[in-house]
Parts: sequence; C-alpha cells; structure tokens
Amino acid sequence: MALKTEPFAINLGPLHPSTHGVFRMRATMDGEVIVDLEPVFGYLHRGIEKLAEGRTYKQNIPFTDRLDYISSMSNGLPYVMAVEKLAGIAVPERAEYLRVIMAELQRIVNHLIAVGTLANDLGAFQTPFLYMFRERERIIDLFEMVCGQRLLYNYMRFGGVSHDIPDEFLPALKKLLNRLPGFIAEYDQLLAENEILLARTKGIGILPKKLAINSSASGPVLRASGVKWDIRKADPYSVYDRFEFDIPTGSAGDCYDRYRIKIAEMLQSIRIIEQAIEQLPPGKVWNKVPLRLRPPVGEAFAHIEAPKGELGFYVVSDGSEKPYRFHVRASTLINLTALRDMIVGWKLADAIVIFGSIDICLGEVDR
Amino acid sequence: MIDFAPQELLWSGNFWLHLLLFAGMIITFILLMVMFFIWYERRFISRFQIRVGPNRAGPFGLLQPVADVVKILTKEDIVPARGDKIVFWLAPIVALAPVFMMFAVIPFQGGALLADLNIGILYIVAISSVASIGVFMAGWGSNNKYSLIGAMRDVAQLVSYEIPLVLSIVGVVLVAGSLSLTEIVEAQTVPFILLQPLGFLIFFIGSLAEINRTPFDLVEADSEIVAGYNIEYSGMKWATFFLMEYAEALTSSAIITTLFLGGWKGPLLPPFLWFIIKVVAVFSVIVWVRATIPRFRIDQVMAFAWKFLLPLALINLLLTSMQVVFWPEAPIWSIIIASLFIMTALILIWSKFLKMGGGRLEV
Repeated sequence: MALKTEPFAINLGPLHPSTHGVFRMRATMDGEVIVDLEPVFGYLHRGIEKLAEGRTYKQNIPFTDRLDYISSMSNGLPYVMAVEKLAGIAVPERAEYLRVIMAELQRIVNHLIAVGTLANDLGAFQTPFLYMFRERERIIDLFEMVCGQRLLYNYMRFGGVSHDIPDEFLPALKKLLNRLPGFIAEYDQLLAENEILLARTKGIGILPKKLAINSSASGPVLRASGVKWDIRKADPYSVYDRFEFDIPTGSAGDCYDRYRIKIAEMLQSIRIIEQAIEQLPPGKVWNKVPLRLRPPVGEAFAHIEAPKGELGFYVVSDGSEKPYRFHVRASTLINLTALRDMIVGWKLADAIVIFGSIDICLGEVDR
Repeated sequence: MIDFAPQELLWSGNFWLHLLLFAGMIITFILLMVMFFIWYERRFISRFQIRVGPNRAGPFGLLQPVADVVKILTKEDIVPARGDKIVFWLAPIVALAPVFMMFAVIPFQGGALLADLNIGILYIVAISSVASIGVFMAGWGSNNKYSLIGAMRDVAQLVSYEIPLVLSIVGVVLVAGSLSLTEIVEAQTVPFILLQPLGFLIFFIGSLAEINRTPFDLVEADSEIVAGYNIEYSGMKWATFFLMEYAEALTSSAIITTLFLGGWKGPLLPPFLWFIIKVVAVFSVIVWVRATIPRFRIDQVMAFAWKFLLPLALINLLLTSMQVVFWPEAPIWSIIIASLFIMTALILIWSKFLKMGGGRLEV
C-alpha cells in the first residue's frame, strides 16, 4: 500500500545556527529531500548604500568595514581605489605594498574562518573552528599592531593608508609566515582525508562551470568550478602585477573543491606576502588629501579580488563633498544566485553544507 | 515474592531491604555520575579544542553542573500552545525511566546488583529501545517540524542499529555461555574485547548510534535541525532529556565494560572502583570521537548500518558459533590472533565495496 505523502515547508532561518547570520531559506521538503528552495534576504539590511549618500567621502570609509565584517581590511580597498580613480589621487608605493600585505593577510583570516565554519556545519563539534581561530588570533594581533583595531580596521585612506607599520610588525609577520604553512598543512592533513568529510562533501552541491559563469559567481566558488578567473591576474590592481603566484582551480565544482581551493589560496597568499615584504620600499604611506574631498563630476568603478569573490564599488560624484551614488557589487550576494540550483534534490543536511561552502557574510549580502 | 535472585546473592539477606538499598544506590550512582560526566566531558573536550573549559565554580569547576542545574530549575517552563500537551508532558519521563531501569541488571561487582536476572542482557536490549519512544513522543508532541524530523531520524536510526547491536551481543553470549551479566563477567578470563574484537567494534558503533553521539548525532544535529526532538523543551523538562542522554551514555559505557572489558575485574583496587574506572575510560573514547569526527548524513547512517555493520555482525556470529562448536578447547592466544586478523581483513575488504548513501535526487 502506498502511503499518501505531501511535501511540507520548513523555514531555515533567519534564526538558525548555521545560516552564518540572519539568512533565511524557505525549503519545501519531501521527507529529508529538499524539492524547492527560496532564499530570503534582507534581515540585516541597514541601507548602507543610501546612508553613504548623506555622508562625505571620507566618512564612508568606516562604512565599508561593516559590509563583510569577517574581512573588513580588504573591503575598504576597492572603495578608496574608486575614489582615487575619480579624484585622480596618487598613492605612494609603500602604501600600495602595505595594502597588498593587509589584503592577503585578510584573505588568510577569511579562509580560515570559512573552513572552520564549514567543518562546523558538517557537525564537527567546534574543534576545527577553534583551531582556525587560534591562527586567526595571531593575524588579528598583527592588525591591531598596525591600526589599533581587531575587527573593523578602518585602515585604508584616499592616497594611502592610515598608519605606517611599527618597527616590530615585520619581524612578527615573518615569524608568523614561517609557522603558518605548517599549521595549514596540519589542518589539511586532519580534514582532507577524513572519510566522513569526504563522504559529506565530495560530489555534493555541484556548481557546473556553465552555471557558475552564467550566474556571474566569482572568487573561490567560481574557481572551484574550474574557471581560472582572478581579478588579481585578470585586471591587476595595486601592485599585484609584480608578484608571482598561481591561481588554484578545482575541477568538479563540489563542496570539497570549494574547501580545497581555500586551503590552496592560503598558501598562495603566504607566497605573495613573502614577496611583498622583500620588495617593500621605504617612504611615506599617505599623500596628503584635503579633508573635505570634492572629486570632479564623474563616475568610477573599482574592483578587487576580495576573499569571498569580486568586490566592486561604483561611485558617482556630482562635484559636492558627498557621493551622488554609492553602489557595492557584493560578491557573496551574487554567489548566492545559484543557491537554489545547487541545493534542490539534496538532503537537508547537504543544504547546510552547500550553503556553508559558498562562504557568505550576511553583512555584505544584505548591506 | 518474586524470585529475582538466588537468596545467597542478596546482600542483606532480606529481599525488600536489598531492593530499597540498590534502588537508592542506582539512582544516586546515575545522578552523581551524570553530574561528573557533564563536567568531565566539558573539561576533556576543551583540551581537544585548545581551551580551558569551565573552571570557575568550585575547585577545577567541579560545581559547574550544580550551577547549571540551579539555572535550569529557575527557568520558565514553556509548553507550546498547539502541542499535544499530555504527550509533551509524558515524553521526558518515558525517555528517562528505561535508562534507570537498565542499571538494575548491571553488576557493580560480584553480586552487587539489584536483580541478577538469568536473561539480563535480553532485558537490557528490550528496555533500551523504550527510551526511543519517549524521544518520538517529544518530537510529536512539540508540534514542530524540526523536532518531528529529529524524532523520525531517531526511530529510523534505532531500528537500523538495534540489529547489528544485538547480533554482536549474541557473539558474546555464545562465548560466555550465559545471558546473565554476572556470569558473562565471570566467564571473562581474558576480556572479551580480545576474543570478540569485531563484535566490540560493532557494539561500540551501534552504541554511539543508540545514544545519539557524534558521528550519529543526527537526532539533535544542531547545525541542521537546531536541537532536534527537544527544541521546544525548556526548564526542568529539557534537563530531564539532558539527564537521559548522559545516563544513556553512562549505561552504554557500563554495558560495554560488562560485556567486553571484564566488568569489575582487575588487580589491586577494589572491584567497584575498577568498574567505574573502566566506565569512565569508555566514556572518554566516546568524548574523543565527538571532538574529532563530523556528522554523517541520514542516508549514510542507514547505509552504514545495513551494508556494513549488519553483514559483518552476521559473519562475526557465524565465525564465533563455528569456534564454539568445533574448537571449544582452542587455546585462547590462537583465538585472539585469529580474530584480530579476521577483523582487520574483513573491515579492509568490506570497506572497499561499501558505497555510502545516495546522490542527488531528481525533483
């Protein structure tokens, strides 16, 4: 006798332990299988884009930190780049190198947290997460040394950076760089060959290459699907064209590849930082810029390879001291476009893992 | 008077006094051990996670469970308005009682137990499944989708894992030649973990699934279904479920100790102390597993039970019966070496062919 069944809707979020914030997925389920999924955004909407139109250019720099608060160091970079482009401000070479060092350190921090939370979503009771936080803590200490802040750094400035590095920064950074590859190798050894992790991530949540391009995904999500696309190489900004590094790509586009990419990218970031320390020139770190900056009428767009994907800022100036339009191309919001196609057909437990492997930050998704 | 045990096994000689004494002892023992386990697990798991764990309340944080209980008792007791109230109220009791009842037949040391049933292990197998009814009642009575999913998972998991679990017990029973737990312990001249390594492994994994511990904690998978069956519970009712879970872990550790690790047997120290040491050792392994391994998916859990544990348990049973029938006088060391070899070979070969779980479904 066939039992009569009917699908039921379940609300994953906005208050749910593994939605990485206040994301909401309205899932229609047939038993354990998800047959339909509707992502709902906007629970953390603060209207940053509109608020920014009422504040001066400089006052908007702290706003960018509040987008992706996991990696706020690299958030300010595209905004100041866009305004520099708009107002024609030159940046000292030392500042460019410092920006690169900070952005790459931030990438390591972000990927550590991403891998840790992915393991959390898999149900590993906090252990990998806390190990990742141990290394994050050391990098955060470095950031604190530079700008006095531990989460929202507010470090980038038009025409440079806010502070030069103190004398003890470089020795501490070198010491950390010597230790990091060992730690990363250790985590990789513990996680990558774990049978349960393989069973839970391999072949799960495949994002095909074509769909990845069509949904304009970027960052590790896109590269895991086998597309060799990295703004640092494709459209080099700052001084990235002076460094040697590889772009790790995956092939399957599943959760496991997205995890492997992050481990590989951390090692590449270490390579970049090592080269940047060697080439770091002396000199000033900030070209004086008027406090009440009034860029000429026009518009500018600048984008960088942020840890989570392509992060871009579009600024329109009407000649006043406030931007006429301030738009963020949020990488994680666009990476979520393909979420439904990736999740439908998988089980509830897979949905959490797939969602976690995209590595989002609600501060940036909702703005 | 029911003839629970031979008269000479009653400690005080008086049946009712014996019953009272041991009922009191078991309840005290379980409650104290659960308090200790909660503290111990938190301290021990924090060592895996490079942190300190609770260390403020009392020496080494030993009073932390007491503080937790006080906090829980003062919490508001919320009953969902749309829930099935009677089922919701009954569920914690239904879940907790069998766990206490299981301890009636577990010997703390020779003769020191409530009732030396001659079918002791059968009694345990029968009673242990009842706790699942309480869990399902909680999931149903809460009128919550998350808790219902958790409860369904619990029942599915229990039905699957009970079978390899019982089959691995049968191997022990064959070797010991008795169903009584006292006699099983006394039959262990060497711990049965050496004679029945495969049986031990299956029983241990089955126990993990039965007490919903990582990697089989899908019932309360906090990253998926938030808290599973007990999502709507608060205050003392929630604490009862919490107590049930730790008491189950305690009981499972005690059963593993009794069946496979030689029970109260050991040199120098008093027997009951050996029993407790072994129970804590087994629990430490359970905590270790929890700190290390991620969670399975529901279909993988099922596949693991039916495609891996069940065939291996059957093979183990077959080999054990052959040994008991054809070579009852075989020297112990040869059995140990042979069973270790067979276990390794079987697991290696079987895991080559095991495919866990299904893929994506077309919808």
